[in-house]
Amino acid sequence: MRRAELVMALFMAAFSLYIMWKSAELPVGWIEGEGPGGGAFPFWLAAGMLVCCGWIVLRWARRQSPPSRSEEPYMDRTALRVFAIGAGSLFVMIGLIHLVGVYVVIPLYLIFYMRGIGHHAWSVTASLALAMPVATFLFFEIALKITLPKGYTEPAFYPLYEMLL
Amino acid sequence: MEILGLLLEGFAVALEPINLALIVAGCIAGLFIGAMPGLGSVNGVAILLPMTFLVPPTSAIIFLGSLYYGAMYGGAISSIMLGIPGASTAVATTFDGRPMALQGKADRALVAAATASFVGGTISVVLFTLFAPPLADFALAFGPPEEFALLLLAFATFIGLGGDDIPKTFFSIFIGLMFSAVGLDIVSGNPRLIFFDLPGFYHGINFLVLAIGIYGIGEILWTVETTRGEMVVSRAAVTIRGVVRALADLRHNIRSMLMGSFLGYFVGILPAAGATPGSLMAYGVARTMSKNPETYGKGNVDGVVAPESANNAASTGSMLPMLTLGIPGSPTTAILLGGMVIWGLEPGPLLFIEHKEFVWGLIASLYAANLFALLINIAFIPAFLMVLRMPFTILAPVIFILCVVGGYAPTQDMHDVWLMLIFGVMGYLLRKLDYPLAPAVLAIVLGPLAEASVRQSLIMAHGSFGIFFERPISAIIMAIAIGLFAWPLFIAIRRRLSPGNAD
Repeated sequence: MRRAELVMALFMAAFSLYIMWKSAELPVGWIEGEGPGGGAFPFWLAAGMLVCCGWIVLRWARRQSPPSRSEEPYMDRTALRVFAIGAGSLFVMIGLIHLVGVYVVIPLYLIFYMRGIGHHAWSVTASLALAMPVATFLFFEIALKITLPKGYTEPAFYPLYEMLL
Repeated sequence: MEILGLLLEGFAVALEPINLALIVAGCIAGLFIGAMPGLGSVNGVAILLPMTFLVPPTSAIIFLGSLYYGAMYGGAISSIMLGIPGASTAVATTFDGRPMALQGKADRALVAAATASFVGGTISVVLFTLFAPPLADFALAFGPPEEFALLLLAFATFIGLGGDDIPKTFFSIFIGLMFSAVGLDIVSGNPRLIFFDLPGFYHGINFLVLAIGIYGIGEILWTVETTRGEMVVSRAAVTIRGVVRALADLRHNIRSMLMGSFLGYFVGILPAAGATPGSLMAYGVARTMSKNPETYGKGNVDGVVAPESANNAASTGSMLPMLTLGIPGSPTTAILLGGMVIWGLEPGPLLFIEHKEFVWGLIASLYAANLFALLINIAFIPAFLMVLRMPFTILAPVIFILCVVGGYAPTQDMHDVWLMLIFGVMGYLLRKLDYPLAPAVLAIVLGPLAEASVRQSLIMAHGSFGIFFERPISAIIMAIAIGLFAWPLFIAIRRRLSPGNAD
């Protein structure tokens, strides 16, 4: 935990510096007759972030914040596993949306999570895996008229559009 | 009397069949979301906001307002039955609610929480009705310096009352404001902070992307990890006779209820404070006022009643600055405020003149939502207890999917979905290190206004920061804000000077 706090503060400090540099693409000073330049607001905010990171590191060094005193690991084995499953599966799911679209990904994801991790009965898994894409389609595409990404499965929906829209 | 007329018109809006149905739906959704451990009003509003594009703005805010209320009621359920707060707003309810449940008095605790919520909600809506119109009138005179001073006050509240690590709170505010600056510069129109030249950054970072990332994805990752599926639900036998007896017993707790309601309301009004500090303060005051403070933490009904009335009162209170000043009073109202911008309404005092039906429809719906939430809550306690047993392996994927689809809907750009995932993961990692994240969400919503008001003020004053202190209203607000910023410092110094603590 202690090491994690330092690493995060240093990472965020580097990020702040990057933002300051990036903001400086626009004028950060006072422009006569126009007021503060376009980059001034983010530039000074990033400078504020940098100061905060310094402050966090100072408190870390003096062991003033709870994480800097904590002996516990930042993530134990279980936490890491849970995190990897959650974040990893989301990463794969969003990636697959580009390829095969939401209506294929939603049932796959539900089957993976409910059956693969939760070990729920097939009946529960299947009913949700069928109901959710249908409900999503009716809600977004029909009611809200928002087309969700479909990737390569787009042509399969043409007949549905013809029927329903 | 004018207010009464407007309120009646509001009721005409709120009681339209579709709006009434949405009130009931919002209350039920809110109660369920509130009852789920770890999820509260802010998560519900963030995840479901994209779904409200279906209905007109007035109906949308009525739904979300009812959800906000319902979640405040529902939060108590998991606090009492699981000992895990349904949301941070219900933390104080666990102190005495959980011991009551363990003593077999779960039904009394649940009824006390629901009734206190109702009293807090009702008193605060009445106060709201009386305070809102004059405040909106007053706020019409505000210019950019006053707006900026108010924004500063909002952020100062986080520092002064938030109770979190101070540099981390500042960091969270700065990073949220910085994200709001991504996109096109409001004055010159030049693109700025276009990371890696990705075109997706030209339209800026939608606040919903950050809000859903943090409150949807990050929060679920956090909850799944911290609960690890091991939860012990207390047993509660809820009978009609038990409910009636519990209600009758509550006459001894009226004082705490009233105290919690008024305190919660006024803390809620403070920009950014919201229901969490409100309920914790009410708990503290109730204990201080009590004749036998030693019974607190061991199942004292007053210890449930005070924070529960306060958190509902605060949730109404936090809508006051949102509607009248355009400055949200809590993280949830920050998201509602962002929603109003998406619906094409400009939050602020003009709302009371230009969109009367919206404002008064919302106010009237709060009266109705309060009543429905109470009835549904007490009638369906067994159903909510079942929610607590719902495994996270069903809940988590459903919420993740809602987040992904909901994150895509507002801008219809996959870029935002990826960004949301990054925010969610980073939010989770930061939260583990005690970084408070609500200030960042508030900041990204308020960022454009903050930048515009500070730049306009500086242009008005030819670059002098003195303008914020020369105008009377702005000077007073600035003074309060600076006081709040300095408050933790004051506490630290006093602690160091007090005898017996000299280390």
